[in-house]
Amino acid sequence: MTDNTIAQPEAAGMNFEYGENQKMVADMCRDFAEREITPFRREWDETQEFPVPLFKKMGELGLMGVLVPQEYGGAGFTYFEYVAAIVEISKADGAIGLSMAAHNSLCTNHILTFGNEEQKKKWLPKLATAEWIGAWGLTEPNTGSDAGNMKTVAKEDGDHYVLNGAKNFITHGKSGNVAVVIARTGETGDSHGMTAFVIEKGTPGFKAGRKEDKLGMRASETTELIFEDCRVPKENILGKVGEGFIQAMKILDGGRISIAALSLGIAKGALEASIAYSKERQQFNKPISSFQGIAFKLADMATKIEAAELLTYQAAALKHAGKPMTKESAMAKYMASEVAVEVSTEAIQIFGGYGYTKDYPVEKHYRDSKLCTIGEGTSEIQKLVISRALLK
Amino acid sequence: MKILVCITHVPDTTSKISFSDNNTKLNSAGVQFIIGPYDDYALARAVELKEASGGTVTVLNVGEADTEPTIRKALAIGADDAIRINAFPTDSYFVAQQIAAVAKEGNYDLILMGRESIDFNGGMVHGMVAEMLGLPSVSPVMKLDIDGGKATLSREIEGGKETLELNLPFVAGCQEPIAEWKIPNMRGIMSARTKKLEVREPAQAETKTKLDNYELPAPKGEVKMIDKDNVDELVRLLKNEAKVI
Repeated sequence: MTDNTIAQPEAAGMNFEYGENQKMVADMCRDFAEREITPFRREWDETQEFPVPLFKKMGELGLMGVLVPQEYGGAGFTYFEYVAAIVEISKADGAIGLSMAAHNSLCTNHILTFGNEEQKKKWLPKLATAEWIGAWGLTEPNTGSDAGNMKTVAKEDGDHYVLNGAKNFITHGKSGNVAVVIARTGETGDSHGMTAFVIEKGTPGFKAGRKEDKLGMRASETTELIFEDCRVPKENILGKVGEGFIQAMKILDGGRISIAALSLGIAKGALEASIAYSKERQQFNKPISSFQGIAFKLADMATKIEAAELLTYQAAALKHAGKPMTKESAMAKYMASEVAVEVSTEAIQIFGGYGYTKDYPVEKHYRDSKLCTIGEGTSEIQKLVISRALLK
Repeated sequence: MKILVCITHVPDTTSKISFSDNNTKLNSAGVQFIIGPYDDYALARAVELKEASGGTVTVLNVGEADTEPTIRKALAIGADDAIRINAFPTDSYFVAQQIAAVAKEGNYDLILMGRESIDFNGGMVHGMVAEMLGLPSVSPVMKLDIDGGKATLSREIEGGKETLELNLPFVAGCQEPIAEWKIPNMRGIMSARTKKLEVREPAQAETKTKLDNYELPAPKGEVKMIDKDNVDELVRLLKNEAKVI
């Protein structure tokens, strides 16, 4: 097991250890995952079940509103505890970590960051306690990385906007009770031509479409969202008309820290399983960990994980300090997600034939990890973001 | 109702145990410490009792400063405040004297702890504390309900189960299924930082034991599988190799 040495730059300099709160949050999540997630993860994975009751329990613990201030029913913690929580939950099950991340840092955080007081009071207490589960819709079938060219339109009609179009690859599209949706209110190609709306389940003309059958992250529900003459009152607009895309990019900056944490969790889960297995598995009358071919793999895996962890906490520290962190969060997400794929691939190699079976968890880590290099901005988009920051 | 819950700070059950200083100290490097699992049940029940009918839960630990994260966890789970007696818990008698000193001052209605710690597994502290305070002691308690000044509890006895009624105050050593372990929530973790953790110097107390050294049990031998039809061979091995019959 890698120990919890991570970067949390503090006023007095650099402190590479978890703070007391982070440790307690990590312990709490580990205990919770052992009891409530690990025993069921294989079943959820096989049946693609999105375990709603689990998220209600996570809501009771405060895991669904980690960043939401206590006055709105949240836990009121910082990105440091948030990252620690996502890492621990994702070690047990990346799909649950993904849903937790999407709920916290996309939907809930969008309302928290850009909602007015009335909107925050209306939706945050329900979201922070997981009474409601949140979804967030930016991507469309033909505009993934090119989100600015979205086709979903919102036309003004009196004191409403009428939405038409579809979003896809939306986490909690079906089970979510509320969604933040970005739709076009201006000209195609105009980054100021999009607006963020909050849409509650049950609004006429708003429904979930097909549920995706995925390679990994199967317990995390992914569906289409469909809008057919869906009338949304103007009071559900977050911020100003025309700001939706700009807001979404800012939300994604923070979201990348979540996905980096999710990637770290998956990688650490794969490493821990590999260390345990390599000490038990005997070949030629020795544990395979005594062979350098295996031991060096473990060394590489652990080193990459710690490097990714340092980048992640650097981004979290900047976010916490309210400083710009677009480049740093992109670096963290890019690095951590690629590391998750590399580490879980090596984990299967260490497990050999057994790693290729569903009797051991590393094949799931492997399948789950691949989403991390794609969701909330592909690795290529991260490199674009990083290079633009370097070249501007 | 004022409840005192005594907790131990012990290595996690999966820890690899080794010793330092000529086998006189536990080597704590890389060891994860937890609230003693039996104490954790006692704490969970105390918090439930408090939530049901009001009162306060104070946690008490006899230990050096390194036990504070464990105490904070107990506060996060729902205890109201904590006392740490700043001393290494040398033996059961020493610990019991410290607990008794705190209990005498605090006037508690109920003193709960695990039926035993999981490091030394002495299982003696609750009995000693009760004796020092002149109170009844019951262990291992698996069910505990309080109604006014009266408690109904059940405990395991040799070959069966006993149900008792008892007036408060008393001392109980607890075990499952008295309550389900509680996982602290985020709010509990946040509030644990601001709850009072008082550090007291130890009362004058004797230590009745002297530690020479620790040693690990011999490694377990290999398992031998014997066919179910070959009872003679099983008896022969139990007699000649295992030497248990």
